[in-house]
Amino acid sequence: MSPKRIVLRFGTDSSVKPIVYRLVKDYDLVVNIVKADVNPQKEGTMVLEVIGERSEEGLNYLRDLGISVQDLNQGIVRNEDKCVMCGACTGICPTGALYIERPSMEVRFDGDQCIVCLLCTKVCPMRAMEVRL
Amino acid sequence: MTVQKTYAEINAKIKAGKAVVMTAEELIELVEEKGLSKAAQEVDVVTTGTFAPMCSSGAFLSFGHTKPRMKMQKVWLNGVAAYTGIAAVDAFIGAAELQEDDPLNSNYPGEFRYGGGHVIQDLVARKPVKLKALGYGTDCYPRRNLETTITLDEINEAILFNPRNAYQNYNCAVNLTDRIVYTYMGMLKPHSGNANYSTSGQLSPLLKDPHFKTIGVGTKIFLGGGVGYVAWNGTQHFPSMMNIEGQELSGAGGTLAVTGDLKQMSPRWLVGTSFLGYGATLSVGIGVPIPILNEEIARYAALKDEELFAPVVDYGEAYPSFIPGNLGFVSYADLKSGKIQVNGKEILTAPLSSMPRAREIASTLKGWIQQGKFELTEPVKTLPSPADGVIAHSIKEA
Repeated sequence: MSPKRIVLRFGTDSSVKPIVYRLVKDYDLVVNIVKADVNPQKEGTMVLEVIGERSEEGLNYLRDLGISVQDLNQGIVRNEDKCVMCGACTGICPTGALYIERPSMEVRFDGDQCIVCLLCTKVCPMRAMEVRL
Repeated sequence: MTVQKTYAEINAKIKAGKAVVMTAEELIELVEEKGLSKAAQEVDVVTTGTFAPMCSSGAFLSFGHTKPRMKMQKVWLNGVAAYTGIAAVDAFIGAAELQEDDPLNSNYPGEFRYGGGHVIQDLVARKPVKLKALGYGTDCYPRRNLETTITLDEINEAILFNPRNAYQNYNCAVNLTDRIVYTYMGMLKPHSGNANYSTSGQLSPLLKDPHFKTIGVGTKIFLGGGVGYVAWNGTQHFPSMMNIEGQELSGAGGTLAVTGDLKQMSPRWLVGTSFLGYGATLSVGIGVPIPILNEEIARYAALKDEELFAPVVDYGEAYPSFIPGNLGFVSYADLKSGKIQVNGKEILTAPLSSMPRAREIASTLKGWIQQGKFELTEPVKTLPSPADGVIAHSIKEA
């Protein structure tokens, strides 16, 4: 079974709940926290890898709490109209999700490798990497 | 037999639709296949291309007069100040100028999302742009305030004039310090964690004519998607050749001042650009045709990435402190491979200059020439070459 990679976004009310514990304990899921962030307004973002037969039930539990659940590879998108294929992003992307294909030197984006670190959204000189909320 | 062609002969072939035109990369293949002499005989024109951030860029705009008339003393376009120390309704919008309310680096590293380069792109994309102007009022120009929107087609003139573009060669930037630095060469990780470079190497216009044998004042070029001209040498034009281990290398070298009618350019080739922690600028597409007048010109035009080198420079300490020297040279073949060796350490590389776009420019220009739409111009004045030994000065402080 391949892991599901998801992005969770939750508001002030749900950020205090032990959701990872519930996913593990109640739905028997193997959870890997790829990235977690709570901003000063206590709104959270979490990137998870989830494996388990009851993963869909677990995700429904999160949705019922009012947490937004999104497939990871839809979290960051490349605006093809803005991208000029310079390659500046490829030097800072920590997972190689953004990479250069040789010898064409064209820049490719593999959403499956993206961990939504958001570095590219600021480093891209054309601001072609966009967060889809 | 040695090859000798003239501009007139080449233009006659272009008009007749018989000119043999190739991109610099295609010439490299031809030379490998048939040898230099044969290639120089066969090929009439070689096209080059580069698409990269070029900060010393901007446009002269002449808005047309208001009723009553106004001598604009301060002008903002979408909140970005333009220089108005010229005639009443003329202004120069510079690519690196920022919006008045930009937080700059006060929230380090600043994002610099919108600047003069973005204004130029918006104008050329035919988007309405907010024009705000203040005047102090004179007897002949009484008006003091103006707030309106303009579009590129409605204003009288828009002349792209870039005082320094198309750098012949450029540094490959690394960072030897132990903190991240944000530079015009992008974000550089500590301890040489990455290396950024910014030329198109074997397609780069001035690397293919390093002695300025054909590129001079009046040379007609691809500029911003339209037609432009070389106006003069660019600022910081210091062409030089170094001889390192028997290899002839271009220094940072020459630059071009280029100009053209903005109204016939395209937002695909003039793109507003932002460097985290550094500022805003404009990415410019430039393609220069090189007439193959003789074998020597062909030899330079056929130089390949393996024979072209960039100096590696520390942007953490040496560059900001203006400490001369470098960490050695790396070939564009290595830079484009994705990794280089510097002082025994392997460093991953990333380009800031788009190779796919550079190729598109070279092949677009090739198409124009093949279709007889674009003839070559002989320079009315040559530019200083390495033989002229132009020396760079720095500011002397008392």
